[in-house]
Amino acid sequence: MIIGAAKEVLDGERRVALTPDSAQQLQKLGYECAIESGAGEAANFSDTDYKDAGVKVIADAKTLWETADIVIKVRPPEASELELTHEGQTLISFFWPAQNGELLQQFADKKVNVLAMDMVPRISRAQKMDALSSMANIAGYRAVMEAGNNFPRFFTGQITAAGKVPPAKVLVIGAGVAGLAAIGASTSLGAITLAFDVRPEVAEQVESMGAEFVYLDFEEEQQDGASTGGYASVSSPEFREAQLAKFRELAPDVDIVITTALIPGRDAPELWTEDMVQSMKPGSVIVDLAAEKGGNCKLTKMDEKIVTENGVTVIGYTDFPSRMATQSSTLYATNIRHMMFDLTPEKDGQANINMEDDVIRGATATKDGEITFPPPKPKIAAIAAQKPKAPEKTPEELALEEAAAAKAAGRKQLGLLIGGGAVMALIGAYAPESFMQHFIVFVLAVFVGFQVIWGVAHSLHTPLMAVTNAISGIIILGAVLQLGSGSWIVWFLAGISVLIASVNIVGGFMVTRRMLQMFNKS
Amino acid sequence: MSIGLQTAAYIAATVLFILSLGGLSNQESAKRAVWFGIVGMALAVLATVFGPGVDLTSPAVLIMLLVTVTVGSTAGVIVAQRVEMTGMPQLVAALHSFVGLAAVFIGINSDIAPPAGLAGAELVIHEAEIFIGVFIGAITFTGSIVAYGKLAGKIGGKALLLPGRHALNAGLLILAVILMFMYMNHAGSWTLYLMTLIAFFIGWHMVMAIGGADMPVVVSMLNSYSGWAAAATGFLLGNDLLIVTGALVGSSGAILSYIMCKAMNRHFVSVILGGFGTTTGPAQEIEGEMVATDTDFVAETLNDADSVVIVPGYGMAVAQAQQSVSELTKRLRAKGKNVRFAIHPVAGRLPGHMNVLLAEAKVPYDIVLEMDEINDDFPDTDVVIIIGANDIVNPAAQEDPNSPIAGMPVLEVWKAKHVFISKRGQGTGYSGIENPLFYKENSRMYYGDAKSSMNNLLSKIS
Repeated sequence: MIIGAAKEVLDGERRVALTPDSAQQLQKLGYECAIESGAGEAANFSDTDYKDAGVKVIADAKTLWETADIVIKVRPPEASELELTHEGQTLISFFWPAQNGELLQQFADKKVNVLAMDMVPRISRAQKMDALSSMANIAGYRAVMEAGNNFPRFFTGQITAAGKVPPAKVLVIGAGVAGLAAIGASTSLGAITLAFDVRPEVAEQVESMGAEFVYLDFEEEQQDGASTGGYASVSSPEFREAQLAKFRELAPDVDIVITTALIPGRDAPELWTEDMVQSMKPGSVIVDLAAEKGGNCKLTKMDEKIVTENGVTVIGYTDFPSRMATQSSTLYATNIRHMMFDLTPEKDGQANINMEDDVIRGATATKDGEITFPPPKPKIAAIAAQKPKAPEKTPEELALEEAAAAKAAGRKQLGLLIGGGAVMALIGAYAPESFMQHFIVFVLAVFVGFQVIWGVAHSLHTPLMAVTNAISGIIILGAVLQLGSGSWIVWFLAGISVLIASVNIVGGFMVTRRMLQMFNKS
Repeated sequence: MSIGLQTAAYIAATVLFILSLGGLSNQESAKRAVWFGIVGMALAVLATVFGPGVDLTSPAVLIMLLVTVTVGSTAGVIVAQRVEMTGMPQLVAALHSFVGLAAVFIGINSDIAPPAGLAGAELVIHEAEIFIGVFIGAITFTGSIVAYGKLAGKIGGKALLLPGRHALNAGLLILAVILMFMYMNHAGSWTLYLMTLIAFFIGWHMVMAIGGADMPVVVSMLNSYSGWAAAATGFLLGNDLLIVTGALVGSSGAILSYIMCKAMNRHFVSVILGGFGTTTGPAQEIEGEMVATDTDFVAETLNDADSVVIVPGYGMAVAQAQQSVSELTKRLRAKGKNVRFAIHPVAGRLPGHMNVLLAEAKVPYDIVLEMDEINDDFPDTDVVIIIGANDIVNPAAQEDPNSPIAGMPVLEVWKAKHVFISKRGQGTGYSGIENPLFYKENSRMYYGDAKSSMNNLLSKIS
């Protein structure tokens, strides 16, 4: 089959769905690759690069859509592209089927199979094709860069001959993929980074990135992100109030605010209100990554950069990944390649849309003229549900338990001693003296044995068995003593006993030595 | 040699045996300690042969002694040199059976030619000693033979469960006790011989009823029995050295059995009675799916990892993969990665079996750790590779109270970032329990024979 990468139609979109590297990998799966001439130009991949990688360069979009069995691209298709499709073709790109219901219907009517990259379920196995995450990662990084570009000071604190420079204070709201990427970029630039998220379980991730998690003083069952597949959901009004109060408190202090708060299928929640913007210092920067969904700040204008009256810059760009086209194309092309890998289990260049596979099922929006969106819930939850923690025991309780355990052990020991003593007394009352003398030796030896063996290292248990095997060959003494008894049967049986006991002794010791020689330190 | 000198030699031998066992507390002292054992044994044997009890002037005694000791020692040397380290469990079991058989013969001899000058209570006690010595020896003998057969794969590993086996065992035991009282009341030697047959059957039946996974317990239990058999022989011969040595070996085996049972969270009695634990309810449903992976991915992940833990199991021994594993370890360590081994107490078919196999493959012992030493480190581990192990890494032991292995201490490998399971196919382990680990998000199945899988990995990791 031929995979063709179309040039993006949308103005200003610089990404491309195929890179020379990914093309080579796709060819290993048995596919032929084609690309529309100039598609990679904006991402710094020239037609020659593609040719060198064995990709067929096709002059115009029309021919490409005609030739390719599978068309890959980045942005959702436009009406003009719908006309170029043909029956049986497969399209892999972002699609947003929930928002683009009409377009989806048209694709289904034309019997074009659509695999939406934005519908790949969020399970571990599918991470390698999770294009939303890889794009969000770039957006987070770029957001910090844009902020730095408009911020008139250093990120890191410095003490120079020309005076002391305080570090910038960055607040990241929403610690999803984009938020974490922003935290990472900001901390590595040296800024003091604070982060907030409604899901308290991400605090650990935030702290692992070197940022400080902003905790709310709030007594309510907090959200468990696991039930919503790792996304945030709507919070209660009380929680929201507590959250805004905290932000109001932070606003005069922070220099840069990066908001990434999105709730799937809804407008972005307003988290950074006008009064907070007003209380910020002049020169501060707000980067609103939720601009496409109305913004987390009401002042945000989509795709624009504005400066408020009090000198705060509000950036509302929505094309962060496209602004880093080389990087984002590489990652996106890799996501596509992984998707193709899963679609081609036989590595024979034939895509098999296997509706039994959770990941492929989730991404498939139309198949054979049918709309297959929305997909059923995947069999595996994305993140394990949180388990309620057992209440910690107080030191007093622990001490009490210990005391009780010690008492029980003491009682048990006392019982054993009394029992053992009674048995001894019973034996002593009936057994002859000669027996009792041997018995003392026996009991002592058992005790010595117990004491000694507890000290043996676990790793030497096999040599221990071999050496005890050897020394239990001591039974040879008994057999040797019986050799001279006179009866030929006794003589014969004793002989056999000597024979097998010597096998035991010699074999046991030698094998032990052999084993012990093998233990070497590094 | 006078009795006094002989006793002195026996005392020296006793001390040397104790030192020999005590020296096994670490690898370096152990290498010396085995010499204490050898010297002790030589002293004891020489003191006996040249002592007052043995008439070396009699040609029958001398010839028999020379022939048997020569043949036996030669056989011992050959066996010790030829045995594969994977075959250690069989060898140990076979050697146990020898001690058992010798105890039976010595007991019967003592019945045929009783020592002179015994009367009254002393005679009765002596007869009881013979009876008990033969009984333990006989059970050890057939039990060890069956264990040998199972470990060597000559008898199927499945537990043989005869109907009414508990009643059968109990009945035979009672019969043996009745025979003992008859024997002590001079009913004749036939009671002893009949009991020997019964004990042979009990030993066979007892080990037949125990499944393959419980073998470490059985082998250490038989180790213990062989010790008690020697001690009982010591009683009937009135020889303190035999008693002491037998008691040392007996308690050693008992402790090993205890440690093994603890590691499987089973009661000793339930292991001995055979069969495998009964479930108390339906097993928890397992969510998720098994995902297979390939050599490239495993190699890539290993190259990126900083800390790697390898968990070997019986499957590694079966596939003879330890050399390849050792080479892999060496290469990864050369790259500066922290590679360690995690050994569960019941991994393999013999206590400490894995340690010996890894040592043979030249894995340094200081990176081979016990379960308790390494269990807390799994959350900080990048990659865990499980080679031919199953039940000892089964999270059901902690998560599913209805599981037959609930409460058994296990290696908490699932807390690591990536878990690769090298396994031949999708089947369950020896115990036949499903392993939810294979279905976890961070687990990947690396199917194939352990040895060829490791060799494939080696070709990708230089």
